[in-house]
Amino acid sequence: MLYVEINGIGFHNPLILASGILDESGDTMKRIASLGAGGLVTKSVGIKERQGYPNPVIYELPNGMGLLNAIGLANPGIDSFEEEIHLALDSGVPVIGSIFGADEEEFAYLAKKMEEYGVNAVELNLSCPHAKGYGMEIGVDPDLVESIVKEVKGRVNIPVWAKLTPNTHRIVEIAKSAENADALVLINTVKGMVIDVDARMPVLSNGFGGLSGPCIKPIGVRAVYEVSSEVDVPVIGVGGITTGKDVLEYIMAGAMAVEIGTAIYLRGIDVFRKIEKELKDWLLKNEIKSITELVGVAQRR
Amino acid sequence: MKMYRVVEIERIRQEARNVKTFRFADDSSPLPGQFYMIWIPGVDEFPMSISYTGALKGFTVKKIGRGTSRMHDLEPGDKIWIRGPYGRGFHIDKRRKSLVVGGGSGMATLGPLIEEIKGDVIIAARTKEELIFTERFSHLNPWIATDDGSAGFKGYATDLARKLVEEREYDIIYACGPEQMIKGLVDLAFERDIDIQVSLERLMKCGIGICDSCSINGYRVCVDGPVFFKEELKNMDELGKVRRGWSGKREVVR
Repeated sequence: MLYVEINGIGFHNPLILASGILDESGDTMKRIASLGAGGLVTKSVGIKERQGYPNPVIYELPNGMGLLNAIGLANPGIDSFEEEIHLALDSGVPVIGSIFGADEEEFAYLAKKMEEYGVNAVELNLSCPHAKGYGMEIGVDPDLVESIVKEVKGRVNIPVWAKLTPNTHRIVEIAKSAENADALVLINTVKGMVIDVDARMPVLSNGFGGLSGPCIKPIGVRAVYEVSSEVDVPVIGVGGITTGKDVLEYIMAGAMAVEIGTAIYLRGIDVFRKIEKELKDWLLKNEIKSITELVGVAQRR
Repeated sequence: MKMYRVVEIERIRQEARNVKTFRFADDSSPLPGQFYMIWIPGVDEFPMSISYTGALKGFTVKKIGRGTSRMHDLEPGDKIWIRGPYGRGFHIDKRRKSLVVGGGSGMATLGPLIEEIKGDVIIAARTKEELIFTERFSHLNPWIATDDGSAGFKGYATDLARKLVEEREYDIIYACGPEQMIKGLVDLAFERDIDIQVSLERLMKCGIGICDSCSINGYRVCVDGPVFFKEELKNMDELGKVRRGWSGKREVVR
């Protein structure tokens, strides 16, 4: 009922762990798979070890609206990540290696390494909103996005997913420039800031951060809706998914699968199990045999 | 959802070399073993376990990094920003005969627990000047251990604990302190078939269970812990061996 296939990779459900949440350690990823995730995207890994920003790196919004974070692409470097990938692959669910680079060559090198480590696909981080010279700073330039995707595609045989930013007014144009990828992932976090009025300064040490959680869900649903009707590759929805109904919204907007992160904070580490049950209950009640029947049904044609 | 609140430091006490207790009022209700994130704006944010519960709460802070060093410069009337309490505290059964083992600043975490249980207490440190809470718990006649023998038993806390366990009957060991000490006590508990709960420490960023920095064998110290139970410790092979640095890279625990 929940089985989906993307680029020939089978997922027992369409609920994939999003990059950046509990995916630095292979053991933690294994645990999340054992608690119901249909797939795992790793933390974004770069060429070299990177410390990221000092604390505070996270801010909890009131009333469960979500989180603002600026971890700053902290990662151990690609050469130290092989062990984590192998542990994650032990889980039996597909593992997607997330990578970030400054140019075509770095992305291609990292993708090749991930392929050697055995991942099922790579996800290009073209959308982190809080690291200078990386992520969104690259991902808002359609020409650069096109040439990075092209270079990576030419160097690896596994599927290449491109994760795009919502921090642009040209989202369809950028999506089209990335159409050489095997799938598009929308959206990454929304660039934001929180100021503590008693301290009279931004809370995050980096000042800016990326907003996630229920407060950004309508932005993600809109982005998936806008993009999926304009491209011929599968779209994977991300942004604020916390319940089974949230998943259905993204699917109906045109997503084939979804990625989930902040919901772990809101509903616990077994959130994938909970959402899976909510989805099944809804599909049964509405007499839907396969969730794939619902992909894009909300699109006005 | 734990929002920051600003609390004023009311009293400060020098506990030992490089260790001070900061008392403040806050209406949260922490359990022994839980922790808070302390933010000193413009400096750092770091996790700190609660050392005094009740109306006038306390953090007992060892000077180890940027944030804790700045904290040591604070005076009564100064403010800190806190969020919490977070994590899983100790599960306390008052009927069980307990052995509590605190190594160095690990005693800070055990303070509120000791007030609720019955049994024996070991306060251990490298040297006499680093012992904390010996006065606070003087009415319990705590056992003292120092690595250099400058006070009490000369040797490691684990050696003294082993001696006590052999001479007396305990239902449970509670411990917090250096990881090698904890590892030794976990091994002792399995060997002697005694229950055990330990509070672990790892480098922590978010404090809310999403960043994976503090994870040990898939367990998040900030949410699943910091207090872990015997059945969880059984398969925790990274204990005393592997932790993660700020980048997430694996490091050797010394």
